[in-house]
Amino acid sequence: MGERLYLHRHTFIHNLAPETKILSVFLFVLVVVATPIQNYYAYICFVLIILALTRLAQIPYRTLFLRSLIEVPFVLFAVLMPFFGTGEKIDFLGVNLYQAGLLAGASIIAKGTIGVFMAIILSATTSARSILEGLARLKIPAVILGIASFMIRYLNVVNDELIRMRIARESRGFQAKGLRSWKVLSQTLGALFIRSYERGERVYLAMLSRGFQGKMPDDNDVRETQLRLAFVLPGIALGTSIVTGLLI
Amino acid sequence: MSDKFSLRVKNLAYAYPDGHQALFGVNLEIRKGERVALLGPNGAGKTTLILHLNGIIPTQQGSVTVVDTLVDPKNSESLQHVREKVGVVFQDPDDQLFMPTVAQDVAFGPYNSGFRGDELTRIVDESLEKVGMLEYRDRPPHHLSFGQRRRVAVATVLAMSPEILVLDEPSSNLDPASRRELAEILRSLDVTVLLVTHDLPYAFELCERSVILAGGVIAADEPTAELFAKPSLLAEHRLELPVGFRL
Repeated sequence: MGERLYLHRHTFIHNLAPETKILSVFLFVLVVVATPIQNYYAYICFVLIILALTRLAQIPYRTLFLRSLIEVPFVLFAVLMPFFGTGEKIDFLGVNLYQAGLLAGASIIAKGTIGVFMAIILSATTSARSILEGLARLKIPAVILGIASFMIRYLNVVNDELIRMRIARESRGFQAKGLRSWKVLSQTLGALFIRSYERGERVYLAMLSRGFQGKMPDDNDVRETQLRLAFVLPGIALGTSIVTGLLI
Repeated sequence: MSDKFSLRVKNLAYAYPDGHQALFGVNLEIRKGERVALLGPNGAGKTTLILHLNGIIPTQQGSVTVVDTLVDPKNSESLQHVREKVGVVFQDPDDQLFMPTVAQDVAFGPYNSGFRGDELTRIVDESLEKVGMLEYRDRPPHHLSFGQRRRVAVATVLAMSPEILVLDEPSSNLDPASRRELAEILRSLDVTVLLVTHDLPYAFELCERSVILAGGVIAADEPTAELFAKPSLLAEHRLELPVGFRL
């Protein structure tokens, strides 16, 4: 886990410096969010850009689609928006929908989905470690980087622990079925939390033992950041957004 | 063996905040270059003792001296010095290896001691070389086998060029080949070793001297071969040689 998202390829996008990709994705998403949903030409162009990037990075479209399903629980409420609200109504297949709600819902889903697609492309072309390196070069505070780095390191350890606990449960005849099993499952989670907390303490002791004084080591290599390339993609998106906005 | 001491523990006593007393006056002296096994049943206070050696648990009563430095938790400068001198290898390598790659992890200690740049890289490579893990320097720790992770954990401590290496149950969970490889590595190092273990054959193989910690005090302190020749003394402290093992 943590590195499972990364697809090993040798493409132009994979070879870009991580900080370039991170900044590029961030600015691109900003442009998308700032573009009104009524400017649907621009959104068609954004989707085309994403499909082209996916192609360029040799990510299977199927992978892109399947991974994007993670956003479903988050956009569910956006689907409900057309049914509640005030103002102008339109009749769609015999159902009354509010126009304002419809637009707002569509806007959330479109912008959210594009953001998720970009994140998927980033994570499929950049390993978790390089993303951390990129963030460090973008001068993200060391504390936040430290937390993210520990999370990536211990995700596997905790996950393995969870798997061992599941095996131990099932070896003693437990099967997760129905509401009653929730009690056991929540106890497992509680136990996992305490174990992880205690591990945190042991890790901290190990850090102290090696002279930790509150500052994590910096990235040693002082490489020149290649940030100019990062503006190409958001630039294209911004241009598209403005030009199509003038057309409408 | 020289007449200098790497470690001197005098009348060390400790009670946990909940009132449970773990150590009742431990006396232990280890000379430079010695390899000593610290044996004892579960719950004898072995881990508590280890955590005193580099000042992680503050000394309540008695004293711990590493080479010439008194372990004084109130003096952070001396504490830093002591932590460079006492290298503790913890039981679970996942607790010890917390950085994204093997090399970064080995660099953690020397970085805290102030090494940077090429010098740091040299120390990292030398330490990994000593445990035969140089080719894995850029791998993330969770991609390594358990035995490999334990070897890297030893390297992380060696990188600080410690005066005394303290290993907590180093042979636990290792397959026989990894166990032997680790023993070979430990024997090749020119450093004082305190080996905390229940694995009596391992202690016999590596250490000329053994001490038993039981009930919070040192209950026996003898050459390993002599100690192991007294099965009743061992049994008194819940220690047993494996069936079929002959000295």
